[in-house]
Amino acid sequence: MCLAIPARVTALEDGDMAVVALEGIKKRISVALLEDVAVDDFVLVHVGYALHKVSPEEAERTLAMMAEAGVLQEELAEIAEGQA
Amino acid sequence: MKYVDEYRNRDLARTLADAIRREARAERSYHIMEFCGGHTHAIFRYGVQGLMPGNVKYVHGPGCPVCVLPVRRLDDAVEIAEHHDVILCTYGDMMRVPGTKQRSLIRAKAEGADIRMVYSTLDALKIARDNPERQVVFFAIGFETTTPPTAVAIKQAKAEGLQNFSVFCNHVLTPAAIAHILGSPDVQETGAVQIDGFLGPSHVSSVIGSRPYEAAARLYRKPVVIAGFEPLDVMQSTLMVIRQINEGRHDVENEYTRVVTRDGNTKAQSLVNDVLEMRDSFEWRGLGSVPDSALKIRDAYQFFDAEKRFEISQKQSREVKSCECPAILRGVKRPSDCKLFGTVCTPENPMGACMVSSEGACAAYWTYARHQTIAEAKAKREQKPEAVA
Ligand code: SF4
Repeated sequence: MCLAIPARVTALEDGDMAVVALEGIKKRISVALLEDVAVDDFVLVHVGYALHKVSPEEAERTLAMMAEAGVLQEELAEIAEGQA
Repeated sequence: MKYVDEYRNRDLARTLADAIRREARAERSYHIMEFCGGHTHAIFRYGVQGLMPGNVKYVHGPGCPVCVLPVRRLDDAVEIAEHHDVILCTYGDMMRVPGTKQRSLIRAKAEGADIRMVYSTLDALKIARDNPERQVVFFAIGFETTTPPTAVAIKQAKAEGLQNFSVFCNHVLTPAAIAHILGSPDVQETGAVQIDGFLGPSHVSSVIGSRPYEAAARLYRKPVVIAGFEPLDVMQSTLMVIRQINEGRHDVENEYTRVVTRDGNTKAQSLVNDVLEMRDSFEWRGLGSVPDSALKIRDAYQFFDAEKRFEISQKQSREVKSCECPAILRGVKRPSDCKLFGTVCTPENPMGACMVSSEGACAAYWTYARHQTIAEAKAKREQKPEAVA
């Protein structure tokens, strides 16, 4: 439950919301916890909120590690279930 | 995939293991508590313990949010769902945790309570908007990583004037738990738990920064190293803890500088501070009552506080008998000390939260060391025949 998954911001929306791309999934998340998020930034997403910006390298590395550990699919399934 | 290769490089793991072996002095032992369930899993999944010399031991800490929630608060949530005809929203991990008499949220749901699993507080808000005639309660649990999303949801509900949304707040604080463990009789008096240093959590620290650990490190003279959750991060951080111990230092160091700073995410902190305030004390499974260790909703937002909106009865709550979760969360016991492990208690039929949550120690032992743990538990039972009766 404490996992955070890196994703790339593809669009910013009103009300501190943004769309991120995550392994082919598009997801609306909140960016209310971050200052100055821009399109193409990589962010760590936790329970639907961007918690932190990360470098593209860190994002790539973390995704690969999660995939290898078999937790990426679980996280993606949970995220896909969200309704917002 | 240059970076990936670099970081998963087995040679690097071996080099780090060699460095740890050289650094760890044969005449003493090093007991390092990894606070966070994510680290427990990394240690198991990658066999990190096996790479360590015999005198370097990991002690599993209480950093599993589902595990530390006391049965009483879970019982309260079940009561809110059943007696007040609300829609209770909760993170998936919570659903199967057994409460008193093994009543879980999922069982209450099967018996007709309207309990819904959500991925995010955003989903809970949406359910409230879509069901204006129903009361919607978000059952909030978690450490500092999960707290800011709760605070934002409460602020949002206020801004929208959502009359039918409230939060049952159970957010807890990591540094308070670390200080409590270090000051506990288990560590200070009886010696039931030896802790020489800590691996600090990664994502929690990305929010709160490394500064909040400094007081406990200084007071109890134990080093804390904030560790990323990749196996090489864990090993590098272990080396840093061992070095500090050898040099007689007890600083807060940060191995996970890729994400964590000393000050953390100040915007998230101020949102939390705006909506939530310290409780005088809060009950943790295993740790008991811990002062200044949890948050409640401020008066300015009390309209959204489920504890104020719904009457909750005083009742007797009880842990499942023989479940060793409380002692495991203190670091006093391991899952192999539990006679229910793998016999009565499995992930399909969990008796305690430590087996339910993917971050729990029992779930980690089950996933990565099931057979060995069952064998050890069996051996212990046979040594103490009275324990089986
Ligand atoms: S194995 Fe099950 S019953 Fe035993 S401590 Fe773990 S969760 Fe509790």
